[in-house]
Amino acid sequence: MIFKVCEQEELRRLFDILAADNTVVGPVQTGLDRNGSALNAFKPVADYTNLNLGYTTTKLSAKSYFLPFRESLASFQIDGNDWQKTVDYHCDRPIVFFGLHACDINALNKLDKVLMGNTYPMPYYAAKRKNMFIIGIDCQPQPFCFCRSMGSDTVLHGFDLFITDIGNRYFIEIQSATAYNILARIKTRPPEEVDHLQYMAIAAHKNKQFTSRVDTTDLTKILDMEFQSPVWKQWGDKCLGCGTCANVCPTCYCYGVEETVDIGLRSAQKVKTLYSCNIVDFAEVAGGHNFRSERHTRLKYRYYHKHRGFVEAYEESLCVGCGRCGEACLAGITVPEVIASVRGEES
Amino acid sequence: MTAPHHGRQLRKNDLAKFEHTYKAEIASVSQLTAMERLYRIQIIDPEERRLFSFKPGQFVMLELPGIGEAPFGISSSPSSRDDIELCIRTAGNLTAWLARATRGMRVGIRGPFGTSFPMETMHGQNILLIAGGLGLAPLRSPIAYVQEHRNRFHQVEILYGTRDPSQLLFTFQYDLWRRDEIGLGIIVDKPDPAWKGPVGLITRLLEPIIAGKDEAFIQNTSAIVCGPPIMFKSVCAMLNEAGIPMQKMFVSLERRMHCGMGKCCRCNVGSTYTCLSGPVFDFWSVMNLKEAI
Ligand SMILES: Cc1cc2nc3c(=O)[nH]c(=O)nc-3n(C[C@H](O)[C@H](O)[C@H](O)COP(=O)(O)OP(=O)(O)OC[C@H]3O[C@@H](n4cnc5c(N)ncnc54)[C@H](O)[C@@H]3O)c2cc1C
Ligand code: SF4
Ligand code: SF4
Ligand code: FES
Repeated sequence: MIFKVCEQEELRRLFDILAADNTVVGPVQTGLDRNGSALNAFKPVADYTNLNLGYTTTKLSAKSYFLPFRESLASFQIDGNDWQKTVDYHCDRPIVFFGLHACDINALNKLDKVLMGNTYPMPYYAAKRKNMFIIGIDCQPQPFCFCRSMGSDTVLHGFDLFITDIGNRYFIEIQSATAYNILARIKTRPPEEVDHLQYMAIAAHKNKQFTSRVDTTDLTKILDMEFQSPVWKQWGDKCLGCGTCANVCPTCYCYGVEETVDIGLRSAQKVKTLYSCNIVDFAEVAGGHNFRSERHTRLKYRYYHKHRGFVEAYEESLCVGCGRCGEACLAGITVPEVIASVRGEES
Repeated sequence: MTAPHHGRQLRKNDLAKFEHTYKAEIASVSQLTAMERLYRIQIIDPEERRLFSFKPGQFVMLELPGIGEAPFGISSSPSSRDDIELCIRTAGNLTAWLARATRGMRVGIRGPFGTSFPMETMHGQNILLIAGGLGLAPLRSPIAYVQEHRNRFHQVEILYGTRDPSQLLFTFQYDLWRRDEIGLGIIVDKPDPAWKGPVGLITRLLEPIIAGKDEAFIQNTSAIVCGPPIMFKSVCAMLNEAGIPMQKMFVSLERRMHCGMGKCCRCNVGSTYTCLSGPVFDFWSVMNLKEAI
């Protein structure tokens, strides 16, 4: 690993270099919530001063840039009885992400395992993922963050640069050759012992800030044992089946496919739309049979997929502990509370 | 800026598989019952046709551009390389369109996908092929395999249960199966006046087949069971009771599917992808899948 240190003003120069001929997406303050705290979103940014690098979290993850809500898979030109299929992976330009937190980069790494691994890598995702330049930035744990429990509070790969504010200067971790060469265009210096000490002090301080936790010990087994537990029904009774949790989640990737034909019957579209396993017809098949007709079975399934099935397949959970789903849920359903209740640790 | 390469290295070939559709033509349609038709489908490009091969139990995604795409089990012999046959019940939007389809219509085929019945490992054994309703459609492929390699198997029995005689599928095939020394028992739930066969549930046919069989027979028997969950559950319970190991009973699960490639998650059972790890599972695996049955 190669580290550098730069003055704060140099980050603006780095931004300008990258923004000169790339789309840069970063955290931007979009308003205030009821309590007067900043609301943030990932948006294309042209001016460094619009970036809010000290952001706490965003309501929505950055996934619309690599898993758009609606995306065309293919189009057809229809000519009488015959047709031609055209597939477009929609990767026109690289995207620079300026200021992703560790959890969101870890989310990408998890998505890579499903969407770029196994027998059928997904070209629509891969095309965008391989065309990203990612600058990570350190963060302050919020009351709803439990990334540390999920092992996602630090990130080991899947980005180009990671920047930590160590007080009037930035500590930079370099992960790619591209990043190394771009950094050569701003003023940096090798870190000194005092920078290392400051970095470690900041990391140690951050670790003490977490208030939200999930106990993942033996969780795959406990979930199996408690498959019939009445707590699922209790959460299910609260759940509205709205799918908001999946919508805001950086690792939810499930989708549905629909085809539509244009009025003139000359062309047709095959479109993928992100879906949520909490929505009623997620597992309904022809003839009307629904494998998960009850809300609690769907809510339970979401937890099983993230905290059991994915762990079995990849030895890690499909949840990075960003807490977005709990913050967004109108019914107040949060991962730490659900897991605690399944473990019989109800408060 | 040259962007770095995140994630693992991917081959172009692998990526191109994702939306690869074989253009195919409906070569013939035959009506089997009021709701089911048998479609013979031929890939148009001779080279692609040569490369396409499948195993009994696998399925394809059949696409009508602009209408939709859905999974269907292949219902023909894996050795007839010229075309595939799909037995399709009218159940919704896409299948209603297919019901109006005629010869010459061009469709898309993706696949084949999923796991298959392990026919080779069943060589030298007795085989019970047990179907409920439309479950006979995917069984026709392993049955064809057995016919073509009849001397590699011992006793082979097809047990087929359906609601009423008007729903019997593949009636033109029954004599051919029997000619190949494959036992065929048929039972209906609601007989019509002309029906002379047994009446009741499929388990009634199964009882005499496994009753009083010695340990050697039981230990050397595999079963392929296809039908609605309630049916394969009771059948597999009965086979288990008789002593047939659960790893030697195979069932095919039906789930909603939108990709066939382990991406859309619609087919997940618990957290297993039916399209990748299934649709064919041994019964022991099914027992271990939460919410499978
Ligand atoms: C592995 C497998 C093999 C199958 N084999 C056969 C077969 O041999 N013969 C046969 O008649 N049917 C079979 N089916 C069921 C068949 O896929 C459905 O009947 C078909 O999807 C109905 O589509 P539709 O558009 O007419 O119905 P709609 O109800 O209008 O369905 C809309 C969409 O939902 C999805 N969908 C609905 N039902 C199912 C379902 N049961 N399974 C998966 N996706 C579904 C599809 O994407 C479909 O396009 C099989 C299903 C699976 C999973
Ligand atoms: S858990 Fe909350 S956000 Fe998710 S579907 Fe239920 S009510 Fe909606
Ligand atoms: S499940 Fe909730 S906490 Fe976990 S990654 Fe998704 S949104 Fe974040
Ligand atoms: S059908 Fe899409 S994941 Fe199985």
